Amino acid sequence: MSDTTAPKAVEGGLNFLDDRLGSTTFLKRNLKKVFPDHWSFMLGEIALYCFIILLLTGTFLTLWFKPSMTEVIYDGSYTKLDGVKMSEAYASTLHITFDVRGGLLMRQIHHWAAVLFMASILAHMLRVFFTGAYRKPRELNWLIGIGMFTLGMLEGLFGYSLPDDLLSGTGLRITQGVAEAIPLVGTYIYMFLFGGEFPGEDIVPRLFTLHILLIPALILGLVTAHMMIMWHQKHTAMPVRNQTEEQVYGYPFYPVFMAKTGAYFLFTFGVLALLGAFAQINPIWLFGPYDPGAISAGSQPDWYMGVLEGALRLMPNWEITAWGHTLSLNVLIPALIPLGIIFGGAAAWPFIEQWVTGDKRLHHVNDRPRNAPVRTGVGMAAVTFYGLLWLAGANDVLADKFHVSLYATTWFFRFAIFIGPVLAYILTKRICLGLQRSDRATIEHGVESGVILMSPDGAYSERHEPARAEERHVILSKENPRPERPAVDANGIPAPSTKGPVGHLRSRLNRAWIADDVPIEDVGHDGHGHGNGNGHAAIEAGEDHREISKH
Amino acid sequence: MTLTVPTTDTTRTGISVKRFTAWRRRPWAGYAVVLAALAAIGAIYAGFSPQTDRAEAADTTRAAADLNNGRQLFNDNCASCHGLNAEGTKDAKGKPIAPSLIGVGAASVDFQVATGRMPAMNPGAQMPRKEPIPAFNTEIKTDYKEPEKREEAEKQKAEAEKNLADLRNYITSLGGGPEVPSAAAVDPEGGDVALGGKLFRTNCAQCHNFTGQGGALTGGKYAPELSKSDVTPTQIYEAMLTGPQAMPVFNDTTLTPKDKQAIIAYLVKTREEPNPGGNGLGRIGPVSEGLAGWLIGIGLLVLASMWITAKKPKKLKKS
Repeated sequence: MSDTTAPKAVEGGLNFLDDRLGSTTFLKRNLKKVFPDHWSFMLGEIALYCFIILLLTGTFLTLWFKPSMTEVIYDGSYTKLDGVKMSEAYASTLHITFDVRGGLLMRQIHHWAAVLFMASILAHMLRVFFTGAYRKPRELNWLIGIGMFTLGMLEGLFGYSLPDDLLSGTGLRITQGVAEAIPLVGTYIYMFLFGGEFPGEDIVPRLFTLHILLIPALILGLVTAHMMIMWHQKHTAMPVRNQTEEQVYGYPFYPVFMAKTGAYFLFTFGVLALLGAFAQINPIWLFGPYDPGAISAGSQPDWYMGVLEGALRLMPNWEITAWGHTLSLNVLIPALIPLGIIFGGAAAWPFIEQWVTGDKRLHHVNDRPRNAPVRTGVGMAAVTFYGLLWLAGANDVLADKFHVSLYATTWFFRFAIFIGPVLAYILTKRICLGLQRSDRATIEHGVESGVILMSPDGAYSERHEPARAEERHVILSKENPRPERPAVDANGIPAPSTKGPVGHLRSRLNRAWIADDVPIEDVGHDGHGHGNGNGHAAIEAGEDHREISKH
Repeated sequence: MTLTVPTTDTTRTGISVKRFTAWRRRPWAGYAVVLAALAAIGAIYAGFSPQTDRAEAADTTRAAADLNNGRQLFNDNCASCHGLNAEGTKDAKGKPIAPSLIGVGAASVDFQVATGRMPAMNPGAQMPRKEPIPAFNTEIKTDYKEPEKREEAEKQKAEAEKNLADLRNYITSLGGGPEVPSAAAVDPEGGDVALGGKLFRTNCAQCHNFTGQGGALTGGKYAPELSKSDVTPTQIYEAMLTGPQAMPVFNDTTLTPKDKQAIIAYLVKTREEPNPGGNGLGRIGPVSEGLAGWLIGIGLLVLASMWITAKKPKKLKKS
């Protein structure tokens, strides 16, 4: 890269490595890797950096934490609990908090990092979904992401349960209830998991092993796979000028992107340290040790479990008793159905979309959310469903803080989770189509110039000017729906994909996908935008570019 | 008893014993002694008796006046709902509007009135805590700089305290009931904090939250927050003793006076305790933590990512 030669010592070392690893070619190729620039591409990185910080702070905490349910009598610096019987796990957490130098800060950073880890994964997933970045060839990475989020939920639940305080014990009690609700094998699973009656002596050590060994290892493996696939497939790009399906346009990894992402690690660490230092999280000394006979108002899980909590709170008390067995629908449905819909739906979505649209091409340039109204609408419906359940998980806090009746919130949410997503879908789709129309107006008539003209007969009008090339490019990135293949070809033979009930359904969904779409054609106000023209032509031509889109 | 032996001894005053003895033997002596004694008793009686009589009479009148004041206050502020004889009232369908106050005791009156819950303004699911009406407001500001203002405020405060005491006595006179606890019984310093914490988590936290921030109950009711300093130890004790509104009664067999004092100690210590981890985020648990994580954590990081990606190096490289 540089013109000057490296000092001999450095060069010697590098040569040593190069001779053995052949790393020069590898580095030469990869250091120049291009990363497109958009703020929303950094969301996933928050999760990566939170994960690193979680590993480091977590290791610090294991140096003092005792995963043991042995009963001890507290005699430490927190005098308010003097002489209280508690588990060793809780006592050692108090010890970390009040007697280990920096222990409370580390605990708080660890917990905040967990909160932000999950939050950033969700934000990243939303970005990927709404821009269509999960489309071929990136479906695998999308599935890995869902896997990581699910593992993160488990990891968070187990970590939350370790200190054996009042809230964590309450969480475990619900976990036990869910395990027991599984038909036929429920009681066995519960007994195997807890090693006897709840809470027992075994659960905390078992959760500890899962929390610090197995699940982090699985997540680390998935992170690695996620990164390697991303590196191999290259990053998607926003549909701005210079970005085409054939090549990515951006900054090279070395030196620009490396500096940016390095700085972003420091930002993440800084925000976590800030939160850890100034915002108290999980004050287990206030919760007190777990006691199955005690409970606090406003007992909630961490935010990423709020959906499950909300579903459980909304569920009517339905049970079926048959042949001496009880099927606890009141627990089973909230535990499985909502997350099943959201995660199962998210995992299946790329394949459903591909099947409906018949679009088997590779995509490297993202969609604008408005240009895929059905996808954006379905996404917003899912966000509404999730968000309402999430809010319902805090319904007692909402009732208390906003002075509404608790039962009124329950009934509101019971209806809203069915009506809300439908409304969200309709509204979002209409908004998307409205935006498409406004885009078409911009292309066809230009933008308002602010210059008012008076005609000789006294009429006023505003002059419109052609949009800037950048703007035109963004708007013209829209892919107009291709006309549906005729159901019956010239010889009267129906296309194989439209045959049978499945084919019929596919055709109907396909029509719904493209119904109401507002086609935007380049009407040629553009004086110097041959780049745009190319992009547009590429879309018109469709399939031809598949072969060369390996960029 | 008879000294018949003549003697020549004289007393120190010079009156000879002989003469004294001689007087004693006079026929009128008996009468004189009786008379003198009667006079002395009369004098003493005259000196004391009418005074006690007057004092007693004054006490009775004052007590009657106080009770009357209590009744008057009751009639003015309470009777419209609780009935002229505090027997409680019902609506046309027989649904109670306000309960009978016979036998609720001084502790209940003190709690309801001193916290401003009674007299109630708008009947609803639950009476909120508010500033007591002026006649009962014992917590008014008295630390004015101007002597006249201060004097006025202190007078008002004394008046309010008297009114409250009169009302308490009036309700007690209707049928007894739990008394206001003594200052020693509610002193947080005398309670066992660790025991209090345990009892609080078992008996109170399910509605009032683990630090007494309050929480929602069914039907629009709620457990009020106990974490503010205007919730006095006496009021906490009275609430446990009398079970106001949605709260159950924790009588002295459920929670002994020692237990109650322990709970008070725990609550007072907890609310005075600083948050070692920074801002307590309302001490309501994971809901506010999640909100802070999303709004502050993700918010700041999104701003950072916008800033970082907006930074453009001088030369854009294309590959």
